[in-house]
Amino acid sequence: MLKDRYDVVVVGGGPGGSSAARTLAEKGLDVLLLEKRPSIGSEKRCAEGLSIGSLKMIKEKMGKIPRKCIAQMVNGAIIYAPNGKEVLIDFGEDAGAIMERKIFDKWLAAQAAKAGAHVQAKTEVVDVIKKNDFVSGVIAKFEGEIYNIEAKVVVAADGVESTVARKAGLNTTNKLINIDSGFQYEMCNLKMRDPKKIELWFGNEVAPRGYVWIFPKGKDVANVGVGVAMTDKPAKYYLDKFIEDNPKIFSRASILEVNAGGIPVGGFLKNMVLNGLVVVGDAAHQVNPIHGGGMKEATIAGMIAGEVIAKSIKKGDVSQKSLSEYNKKWWDKRGKKLQKIQNLREVVEKLSDEDFNMLAETLTGDDLMEFSRGNRFFKLGKILMKKPNLISLARKLI
Amino acid sequence: MKWKIDREKCIKCGACVGVCPVMSLELKDEGIVNDLKKCIFCGVCEKVCPVGAIKVER
Ligand SMILES: Cc1cc2nc3c(=O)[nH]c(=O)nc-3n(C[C@H](O)[C@H](O)[C@H](O)COP(=O)(O)OP(=O)(O)OC[C@H]3O[C@@H](n4cnc5c(N)ncnc54)[C@H](O)[C@@H]3O)c2cc1C
Ligand code: SF4
Ligand code: SF4
Repeated sequence: MLKDRYDVVVVGGGPGGSSAARTLAEKGLDVLLLEKRPSIGSEKRCAEGLSIGSLKMIKEKMGKIPRKCIAQMVNGAIIYAPNGKEVLIDFGEDAGAIMERKIFDKWLAAQAAKAGAHVQAKTEVVDVIKKNDFVSGVIAKFEGEIYNIEAKVVVAADGVESTVARKAGLNTTNKLINIDSGFQYEMCNLKMRDPKKIELWFGNEVAPRGYVWIFPKGKDVANVGVGVAMTDKPAKYYLDKFIEDNPKIFSRASILEVNAGGIPVGGFLKNMVLNGLVVVGDAAHQVNPIHGGGMKEATIAGMIAGEVIAKSIKKGDVSQKSLSEYNKKWWDKRGKKLQKIQNLREVVEKLSDEDFNMLAETLTGDDLMEFSRGNRFFKLGKILMKKPNLISLARKLI
Repeated sequence: MKWKIDREKCIKCGACVGVCPVMSLELKDEGIVNDLKKCIFCGVCEKVCPVGAIKVER
C-alpha cells in the first residue's frame, strides 16, 4: 500500500496536514499524508468553534463544506465578568459554526485525497531520516511493520506533540507559560440561555488566566470546557467546580465525551524550516493567543507551506534557505497580527477580577470581537489608562 | 526522584509530550510512555496535564 518514495510526506491528519497535502497534490506532486490515530478527527481535542470568516476561508481552500461537518450555526455570544455583569454580542444572523470535528477532519483529509494525495490512518511516524544534513524522509510504523519512506520534503503537522520537528533538530518545545491546559466535556440535557449563542465566563476564580466556555452543538448539547494556564490544580478541577456551582445549567446534564488538550497560545517561531522540513499548525504554535482557535491558522499555514514547497521542489532546491520563504510569508500574513494578539493576552492575564468587571461596564460586544481579531487595542489601552495601577500595562497596547 | 503516570486518568491528549524539554515522553496507542533514562524530573509535564495524571517527585 505504501510506496518507498514520495515527493512530500505530510505527518499528521489534522487541518494543517490536510491543507498542506491538498495544496501540494493540486500542484501535481506525489504526496503521502500519515495519521497515527486509527480514526482521523477523533478523539477531538477542540471546542469546535469557527467564525464565519474562517469557514469561508476554509471553503475557498478545501471546497464546499458539507452540512454534516457542522453541528450548528451560532449567532453571537454572551460574556460574563467575574461579578456576573454580562456583555451580549448579537449579530442577528449566523456569525460562526460549531463543527463536528470527527466528521470535518475526515472530510478535510478526503479533500486532500481527492486532489491526489494518498492518505493513511493508523500509521505513526517514529523518526525522520536525515542525509547530509537534509531531512530526506520518515520512518513509519504501518500494520506493525517499519517502513523507510523517502521524500524531498517532510511536513511536520503533528499537532501539539510536535515530535517530528524536534527529532529533525528544530526545537519546537513549548514553554509552559505559552501553553493552556484545556479540559472539556461534551454534554447533553443542558439548560442553556440561548443555544444559538456561545457563552464565556472570565475571572481568576473560575479560570485563572483563561475562561470557561459553552459552545452549543444543538438545543441541549454543547462542548463545555475550560482553558487555564500555570495553575496549581489541573484544568479538570476548574471545570468540575464550575459545573457544581451552576446547577441551573447542569442539574440534569450527562457527559457524552471527555476531551483534553494543550493549546499553544503563543511563542511564535521565527524559523519553522530546516533543509527538507517545514512545520505547520499547532506543531509550530500557530494558534490565536486570545481565543485559542487553531483550525483556521493551521489551514492557512498548510496552504502557504504547500505553495512554498511546490515552488522549491520545482526549482530543485529544498534547502532551508529556499524553504524559508514560508517563514516570511507566514509572518507577513498571520504572524505579525498574532504577535500583537499575544501582547494583548499578556495584558489580559495580568488583570484582576475587579479590572474585568470594570471592562465589562465599559466595553461593547463589538469591541470584544475586534480585540480577538487583533484590532482596536487603542481603545482598550485608553480605558486601562484610567486606572493608575494599569497604566504601565496600557502602554503596551497604545 | 520519581515520575508516575495514572493511566486510568490519562486522556492521551499529548499536551505533556509537547512541553517536555528533553523529549522523553511519547504518546503511544497504549498511552504515555516515559524514557526515564532521558527524564530530568523537571515537573513541567505534571504542570500542564489537564487531568492531573502525572506526578513527579524530586
Ligand atoms: C480544549 C481545546 C479546545 C480548542 N478549541 C478550539 C476551537 O474552538 N476552535 C479552533 O479553531 N481551535 C480550537 N482548538 C485548537 C485546535 O484544535 C488546533 O489548533 C487544531 O486542531 C490544530 O490543527 P493541526 O492540524 O495543527 O493539529 P491537530 O489537529 O492536532 O492534528 C495533528 C495530528 O497529527 C497526528 N500525529 C501526531 N504525531 C504523529 C506521528 N508521529 N505520526 C503520525 N501522526 C501524528 C495526531 O494524532 C493528530 O491527529 C482547541 C484546542 C483544545 C485543546
Ligand atoms: S518531568 Fe520533565 S523531563 Fe521528565 S517527562 Fe516530565 S517534562 Fe519530561
Ligand atoms: S497531558 Fe495528561 S492527559 Fe494528556 S497525554 Fe499527558 S498524561 Fe495524558
